[in-house]
Parts: sequence; C-alpha cells; structure tokens
Amino acid sequence: MTTVALDTPKATSTPKALRKDLRYPSWFYLPAGTIYFILFLVPTVASLYFSLTRWTLFNSTFIGLENFQQFFREPFLFQSLINTVIFAVITSGAKVVLGLLLAVLLTSNIALRGFLRSVVFFPVLVSVIGVGITFTVLMHPTQGLINTSLEAIGIDGPGWLTDPRLALFSVALVDIWRGVGLATVIYMAGIVSIPQDYYEASRIDGARPIQQFFLITVPLVRPAMVTVIILSFIGGLRLFDLVWAMTRGGPGFASDVMASVIYKQYQAGFYGLSTAGNVVLFMLIACLAVPLAIFLNRREVNQ
Amino acid sequence: MNLIKRYWLTALASIVALVVFVTPFIFIILMAVKDRQQAALRDMSWPINFQLVENFLAVVQARDYMLITAYINSTILTVGSVTILVIVASMVGFVLQRHPTKWTPVVEFFVMAGLMIPPAVVPTIWLLQGIGLFKTLHGMILIEVAYNMSFAVILYRQFVATIPREMDEAAIIDGAKPLDVFFRVVFPMMWPVTVTNIVVQSVGIFNDFVNPLYYLPGRGNETVQLTLYSFQSQFNTQYNLLFMDILLVTIPPLLVFLFFNRQIVAGLSAGAIKG
Repeated sequence: MTTVALDTPKATSTPKALRKDLRYPSWFYLPAGTIYFILFLVPTVASLYFSLTRWTLFNSTFIGLENFQQFFREPFLFQSLINTVIFAVITSGAKVVLGLLLAVLLTSNIALRGFLRSVVFFPVLVSVIGVGITFTVLMHPTQGLINTSLEAIGIDGPGWLTDPRLALFSVALVDIWRGVGLATVIYMAGIVSIPQDYYEASRIDGARPIQQFFLITVPLVRPAMVTVIILSFIGGLRLFDLVWAMTRGGPGFASDVMASVIYKQYQAGFYGLSTAGNVVLFMLIACLAVPLAIFLNRREVNQ
Repeated sequence: MNLIKRYWLTALASIVALVVFVTPFIFIILMAVKDRQQAALRDMSWPINFQLVENFLAVVQARDYMLITAYINSTILTVGSVTILVIVASMVGFVLQRHPTKWTPVVEFFVMAGLMIPPAVVPTIWLLQGIGLFKTLHGMILIEVAYNMSFAVILYRQFVATIPREMDEAAIIDGAKPLDVFFRVVFPMMWPVTVTNIVVQSVGIFNDFVNPLYYLPGRGNETVQLTLYSFQSQFNTQYNLLFMDILLVTIPPLLVFLFFNRQIVAGLSAGAIKG
C-alpha cells in the first residue's frame, strides 16, 4: 500500500528519459544479488583471509603463507594438485573427442537413433554417488564384472581401483562414461545447426565422408566445442563426488584431487589449510580455465 | 564396398555404445532384486529368488526409515530452492537483457564468477553458523539458490532476448506498473525457459551430494544422495540392498528424463550455437 502511494506522484513528475528506469527497475537485482552476495561472495572474499590463518572457526591466528607453503611442501598435498590437472585434462580431452564422434554417429541415419541418444545421455542425470558405487563394484579386481569378463576372453584384468598407478585413471574413465552424454548433446545442437547445403555441395564436388568431417563438421561445430572444452575442464578441476564415492582418494593418496583434499582437511579440523586448498583450487581455475576460455573465444572472433 | 564398410562401422559403434551405456543399468536392476547370497557374487546372473518387494521394504525401513526422511528433505530442498531460483533469476535475466547500464558488465562478471569459482567451503560454514542457518534446510535452500543462480540467469537472459520489447511497451501504455509488466506479461511468456530451468535445476539439486555433505550434516538431515553414502558403509555385505537404494535414487531423474527429455537437452546445450 505504501509503495503505491510513493510511486504515483513520482511517476507523474519524472521526465520521460527516466521512465525507462522505472519500467526495468534496478531493484529486480536485489533479491538475487543479496543471496549471491551473502552466501557466495562474502565467503569467497573471507577465504582469502582465512587461508592465511590457523583457524578453529571460533578464533583465527594469522600465520602468513604457511598453509600455502605446506600445500606445496607436503608431497601428498602437492600430488593432489598434479592429479587434479591430470584428471581435468584427461576427462575433458576424452569428452571433447568421444563426444564429437558420438554426436556425429547420433545425428546420422542409424537404426535405434532415438533410443541410443537417450542411452548415451541418461547417465548425466543419474546420481554421481550411485554411478560411483556401481562402478566400484564392477571394477573389483577379482569379483568385478569387468575383470571376470576380461578373464573369459583370456585377459588378466588389472586392479582398477586398487593399483595406485591406475586408480586415478579408472575414476577418470567413469567420469568420461558419466559425462560424455552432456558433451554429445551440446555437439548435437551444434551439428544440427550446420546447413545441409554444405554437405550436399561438397558431395557433388566429390568429398569423401572423412573429408566432410574434418573440413565441414569440425570447423563449423567450433562454438559447441569451445563450450564442451570449458565446461568439462572446469568440471574436471572441481570434481569431488565421484572420487569420494569410488576411492576416497586412495589407495594411499594416489587418487586424491584438490576437492577431496579440501574435504579431508576440513574433516580433520585443519580449517585454515582446507581454506587454503580452496584458494589454490580457485587460483588453478583462474590460471588455467580463464586464459583457456579467453584464448578459445578470441580465435573465434578472428576467424 | 565403401558403403558396406561404413554400414558395419556404424552398426558396430552403435552396439558398442549400447553395451557400454546400458550394461551398468541392467546390472543395477538385477542386483537390486537378488537375494543376499546371490548378490554377494556381484555377477550378471539372472536372479534366482526375486526379492523386489522384500529388498524395497528392507531399504525403506533401514535406520528408522531414514530413506523416507531423506526423500522428504530432498523434496523440500529441491522444490524450495528451484522456486526461489526461478523467481529471482528471471527478474535478473529480464532487467539485465532489457536495460543495459554501465553496471551491466559488473553483473556479467559476477555471473561468470558464479559459474567458475569453487565455493569456499569452510568460510561458508562459518558464515552460516554466524547467521544461524548451518545444519538447517533453510540455509541449504539458500545455498543452492546462490550456487545455481548464474546458470539460471544465463538461461533467462538468452530467452528474454527473443521476447519483443513491444510487449513491455504495450503493457506500459495500457497503464501496467513495472511489477505487472514483469509478472503478468513477460514472465508468462518465458514459460518454456522456466520449464527448462525447473527441470535442469531440480535434477542438479536433487543429485547434489557435495553441498549437503558440508552444510547439512547431522541425524535427520540426510538427503537422498547421502543415504547412498551411509548405506555404502553399512551395507557392504548386503549388495542387494545397496543397489536397491541406488535404483530408488535413480527413479526420480528417470521420470523427469522420460517426460522432459527435450527441455533438459535444450537447457544443457544452450550456448552451444552462440558459444
């Protein structure tokens, strides 16, 4: 009621140029902005300070860069940093390539196309923890379905999750299985928007399918590819749930990534160190993903 | 010759894709209906005793009906946060697209930051404790709103661009107030993207594991995803029950997928063409 009373005289007395502001009121930003500011920005800024402290949630002692030094000194903490980058590169690389191949397959005229599309995409929507548990069982070294199947054709399957050299890659494999459907639908949207004329014209000129793929599909699907690369790379850097469901970072620290280290340090009560981990992960994304995004988008403009 | 080779290649690729993507789900279903001894073998065999109902009841009753509590919590969390998200994000998307000012780049920067920056976990817990929202569903709902805001705003903003400005102007001339212009003219026209947002965000929030793990710990606060986590340690000798739980957790996304496949794909691949 009061707002109405305040509004009316104002609206009649404002010059026309200002009326546009009234039509698209700036306070529309306020509800979203408040929630975002308090629950996202404040903690993010606070993390910059708390990462420099020894912290019990009730009081914090400033210790400078000690947490960060520890991060780069302790081999198992540093290993998680390397693992995170390896994981992100492998999973995003595989999703970029496999997603494109699947998208080409699923936009061509094949039997069961609709069903196949659904089947490839559905894992994206399934609980990550559920997927993780299922594959942990499937990847059991002696009783898992994968190794018993390999045994049936005479191959001695490895200890997917028990071999320290392999654990991270096995988790990456499952992440690819789970996430490639998303890359595929993004590519499919891109491929569908390529005019069919290009393919017809090139066919008349005698282009083979493989040439069409590399000379028409790949260049023209570029915007979709940029989206896939950036989404899956950032997703890979931030991944936590799958690692946690499958290996808890083990065996030892072999498959620890930044996000699982942050959780472990939090559980152990090293809040300052955990927050430092958060800041390191933030830096990692800022130093790798942001330049990557800028680079990929710039080349697009130049073309 | 070439044609036959290609035909076989696509057929082979289709079969491989089918096997790789379908087998794990068949495995989940088979495991969920087996009895305890047979499930312990963890193989692909056909169930000897069908225990669909028994396993279902056993999982539901486990730990004082924890799964029921979890379903209630997850439903409140999902419905609450998606409702708030749709309202506040659509308002931002509308003004952001319609009325660019010198502050627009700043807002855009924050939208991108929200997509990229990993949330600072422990400071958030510290803050939630400070305002009394730690371990509460209200707090959890607001967290989900804050974390998923950027994506929702982007979807809305893209869509508002397709609604002609003349619509707002006609409403203004007819004497509508700014709130009416938005809620009675523009918002109804955004219904397709609202459906997309609802579907995509609900699946994401329902499946969220990390954030409830940090911000909503404690007995009685479990969400559906966390039941899996606690059953994983409790049921490591009762695989049939563990997999029954996985099956039950997979059903809501499956239903959403069956009914809203098109909206999900549209929402998730938005930006694929524009970049």
